[in-house]
Amino acid sequence: MPDQKAALTLPKTPTGIEGFDAVTYGGVPAGRPSLICGAAGCGKTLFASTFLVNGATRFGEPGVFMSFEERAEDLAANVASLGYDLDGLVADGKLAIDHVRVERSEIEETGEYDLEGLFIRLGFAVDSVGAKRVVLDTIETLFSGFTDPSLLRAELRRLFGWIKDRGLTAVITGERGDGQLTRQGLEEYVSDCVVLLDNRVEDQITTRRLRVVKYRGSAHGTNEYPFLIDDKGISVLPVTSTDLDYAVSTGVISSGIDGLDAMLAPGGFYRGSSILVSGEPGTGKTMLTASVIDAACRRGERCMAFVFEESGAQICRNARSIGLDLGRHVESGLLRFEAARPSLFGLEMHLARMHRDLEAFRPDVVVIDPISALRGPSSELQATLLRMIDLIKCRGITAVFTSLRTDGSIGQGDDLGVSSLMDAWIKLLNVEANGERTRTLYVIKARGMSHSNQIREFLMSSEGVRLVDAYIGPAGVLTGTARLVQEANEKAAAQLHAHETERRVRDVARRRSAIERQIEELRASLEAAEDEEDLLRTEDRLRAAHLEDERRELIARRSAAE
Amino acid sequence: MSADTPASGMPDQYRLRLFVAGTAQRSLRAVEVLRRLCETHIAGRYELEIIDIYQQPDLAERDGVLAAPTLLKIAPLPERRITGDLLDERRILRGLELDPAVEARR
Repeated sequence: MPDQKAALTLPKTPTGIEGFDAVTYGGVPAGRPSLICGAAGCGKTLFASTFLVNGATRFGEPGVFMSFEERAEDLAANVASLGYDLDGLVADGKLAIDHVRVERSEIEETGEYDLEGLFIRLGFAVDSVGAKRVVLDTIETLFSGFTDPSLLRAELRRLFGWIKDRGLTAVITGERGDGQLTRQGLEEYVSDCVVLLDNRVEDQITTRRLRVVKYRGSAHGTNEYPFLIDDKGISVLPVTSTDLDYAVSTGVISSGIDGLDAMLAPGGFYRGSSILVSGEPGTGKTMLTASVIDAACRRGERCMAFVFEESGAQICRNARSIGLDLGRHVESGLLRFEAARPSLFGLEMHLARMHRDLEAFRPDVVVIDPISALRGPSSELQATLLRMIDLIKCRGITAVFTSLRTDGSIGQGDDLGVSSLMDAWIKLLNVEANGERTRTLYVIKARGMSHSNQIREFLMSSEGVRLVDAYIGPAGVLTGTARLVQEANEKAAAQLHAHETERRVRDVARRRSAIERQIEELRASLEAAEDEEDLLRTEDRLRAAHLEDERRELIARRSAAE
Repeated sequence: MSADTPASGMPDQYRLRLFVAGTAQRSLRAVEVLRRLCETHIAGRYELEIIDIYQQPDLAERDGVLAAPTLLKIAPLPERRITGDLLDERRILRGLELDPAVEARR
């Protein structure tokens, strides 16, 4: 980074052009001429008029616009599109416009002359409004009006010297020439500050760029900076911040989807974090962002959505199908859609536009849908996205980026190389099975918080987005109808099982009672046997007793006879 | 085209306007040269106005004069302007569309 202390030594005049003053640490050198050069149509005149108008309206420095090309009324009409009221400023005595007509055909030259007339005119105009700022647009036209270049050069040198002597801060425009910055080599005379404007076409897309070629006695940003001309004037995007020293927040914001919040330990995303939502077409990326937007707006936060594929109205309509009324937020001013075709500008211009819109709207939540719509050479694309993320992050804005994947693999190719910059990454996946597609959702990563590693089924209905735990069982992960079928199957199986068990219990009980019955029978026959045994024993004993009686009787009888 | 083609309403009447910057050497010389030239070629048929752009910057602005000295031929039409210190007599005459040969025949 250039040393900022050096910048303080040279007095500077702010141009009021957003970003340019930052790049040059304060503006153009005060009391000196600066050269703005570039090819036709790259915004030199607009730059110069902005310098003057801002001087008159914002810095209390009246100015003189000396035009060698456009007539005063044309000039006023041209810059009116930026919202500048030149005529009003002229009427207020804050601005003087002088159109100097130079036409070659009318002038015959003989011998020596000087451009005292121009000096006097300029001096007259400067004195009439007490000007501090002067624009000469485009002074090189003089070279077409006068044929003696050496004399003109001497006069121009004198003119710039005169401007310095008068302490006027001048912006001189010059047409880009072959091999040098200006056609007539003006950079030789205006050596304090030279700014080059460029309008380059790459892949049929133009990008305006600005570069401070030199700035004598001051540090300045040396890169090429994209700049933007639109109805809000000129803004230069200083791409300076490469430090990672932004403040972090531990505040948590809800995604607007209960199921998703539940997957994250703190119950949402950290405020100021960058969230990537990637997925195939039709996985519900935009609707997920719509939920985030709706939730933010409900909290009263400001939301800005940069959409590249649909119009804001279409997104509002579509979101209504899942029960989100985004139109209400647009009306209340909390939500703003910035829709633009990706091919409308180059990447740098998108960035510059975004930068300006962020500065103007100051949103709390930003949605970019989708980043994959931005096309360009991959190296440039990545650098742009990096800066885009940085741009948003350094402002503490929570950002949701969507990214479209075209193939179904869980490859790394779908994150455009930015996933490492993202704090959270949600992957939406279509699961195809049994002739149906089911939306599913994973949280791939969420920095600084514990989060669920499991798949969820992502359901969109008129009640909003709902996450359902997917079926996870021995047959794998099932979703959608398959999940319902599997659940039904399981229920049936369980029922069957219960029946079976019951039947077997009954069977066993039956067998048991049979055995018990057998035991009874056996016991009965045992008893019968015992009875019989007793009977036999009794009979035996009786017979023995009877035999004894008979023997005794016999003995008795025998004795009697003896 | 030559000088004897009369401009409408004002035949052969020359109206010249010379812008000079102050009393610099170059200015004075231009005035001198022009006076002599007019006296020689169009004596009595011309009207010469000398303007110091320091004194009357608004007149210089009105006529879109940047360089000094600048000679403006207002009549007869077409309007012509010659910038420089008027040292080259032939070029001035050509610029004013005064053909020396034609003038000599008068």
